[in-house]
Amino acid sequence: MNWDWDYALEIAPEMLSQGLIVTVQATLAGAVLAFVLGLLLAMLLRSGRRWVSLPTRLFVEFVRSTPLVAQLFFVFFVFPSALGITMSALTTGIIVLGVHYSCYTAEVYRAGIDGVPKGQWEAAVALNLPRFRVWTSVILPQAVRRALPVLGNYLIVIFKETPQLTLITVVDVLGTGRILASESYRYLEPITIAGLFFLIVAVPASIIVRRLERRLAQ
Amino acid sequence: MMIPYAAAPALGTVTEIWPYLMDGARVTVLVALGATPVALALAFVVGLLSRSRHVWIRGVVRVYLELFRGTSVIVQMYWIFFAMPALTGYRLDPILAGIVAVGLHMGAYGSEVVRGAIAAVPRTQWEAAVALNFSPFQCMVRVILPQAWVGMVPALNNNWIELLKVTSLVSVISVADLIAESNTLRNSGYSPLIVMTMVMVVYLVLALAITTIMRFLERRAARRVGRDVAPVFRTRRGDGSVKTAPSAGGLS
Repeated sequence: MNWDWDYALEIAPEMLSQGLIVTVQATLAGAVLAFVLGLLLAMLLRSGRRWVSLPTRLFVEFVRSTPLVAQLFFVFFVFPSALGITMSALTTGIIVLGVHYSCYTAEVYRAGIDGVPKGQWEAAVALNLPRFRVWTSVILPQAVRRALPVLGNYLIVIFKETPQLTLITVVDVLGTGRILASESYRYLEPITIAGLFFLIVAVPASIIVRRLERRLAQ
Repeated sequence: MMIPYAAAPALGTVTEIWPYLMDGARVTVLVALGATPVALALAFVVGLLSRSRHVWIRGVVRVYLELFRGTSVIVQMYWIFFAMPALTGYRLDPILAGIVAVGLHMGAYGSEVVRGAIAAVPRTQWEAAVALNFSPFQCMVRVILPQAWVGMVPALNNNWIELLKVTSLVSVISVADLIAESNTLRNSGYSPLIVMTMVMVVYLVLALAITTIMRFLERRAARRVGRDVAPVFRTRRGDGSVKTAPSAGGLS
């Protein structure tokens, strides 16, 4: 059995239209959630109150130590049966992706905040800025700027890991490929097309991120 | 709405579920332990080769890295197990395919760690080793690697946990790991809450075991090159107490 161009060209449009929309939705929504929640978690981790920072630390370590698939299954099967919360597969996938990667981006923001020079804090105090203004106008703009390249990397990571959502019945690019493969008994073309699709997006994207990193480093 | 059996299930079910999950956990550990030497060997070989003077060697390394870091391991497993046989006419055993996929994938990430840690060793160390008339091989093995190793261990700890997490996808190529067993149990009507909570606990315990082993290795490595021994209680993942090389994207 060899590569069949006719079949490949026949299924490619289907995989890259229906499947692509779902993949893009999951990626963008998951990333937005991860970036927003990550900042919140970073602030909670920095909190001076131990009863705030310690549980947050434990939660972050727990999420980072268990596989995404296990978390997906947990939310997808346990929430409806034990809590009576029922969500669509895609919504579940987006929330779990977002929460999972927010535990990684929290660390990125934290490094960004720690990287802001001490003089900036002192200057803000000297100007007698209110605490809230210190964060919103002085510290966070600089911290987020530092964090941007790594956040860009996480956007690519989230994009690459969306195929895991197929395991909770989301039909993305890989999911469409799997369905086509099971109909035609030809795995080579659908899986290769799916793999190439992720490569063609992820590789140039990571090169762009590397450039961005160099420009910000100057 | 509440489903009837959400009322506290009998404790007996935990003891009933336990043996099945242990079967799965054994397979998970087997795949993880099988993939670890593959990933480590690849990490060191590729990490060292990426510093090669020959453009074509660096080119091959680059292709390998982009190929395995540019796609999710789930796609790689599918490809190795389902697509490759169509080309080669030869299908790998599922567990072997899983080990190969996980090893290749994590080797790509590990090689970045190795490369970065070697680059972080001060140039003067090389110069001193050359001045002492060490051969290039001796330089690398006796002087550079022991020092690079100290910086590598915390990052490799993360990579090893990542490797464990990545093995959770082998069920897609019909390996009966922890996740596959939990699916079977759920489908046979056991409480999803109990089954999935136990799965989480098993993964947590395995991750803690990895961290414990790596802490021990880190302390030993630091002592060998005469550095301060890192305290046992330290938040994982580089808080700056150990110099880890900045990575362009050492994450997965």
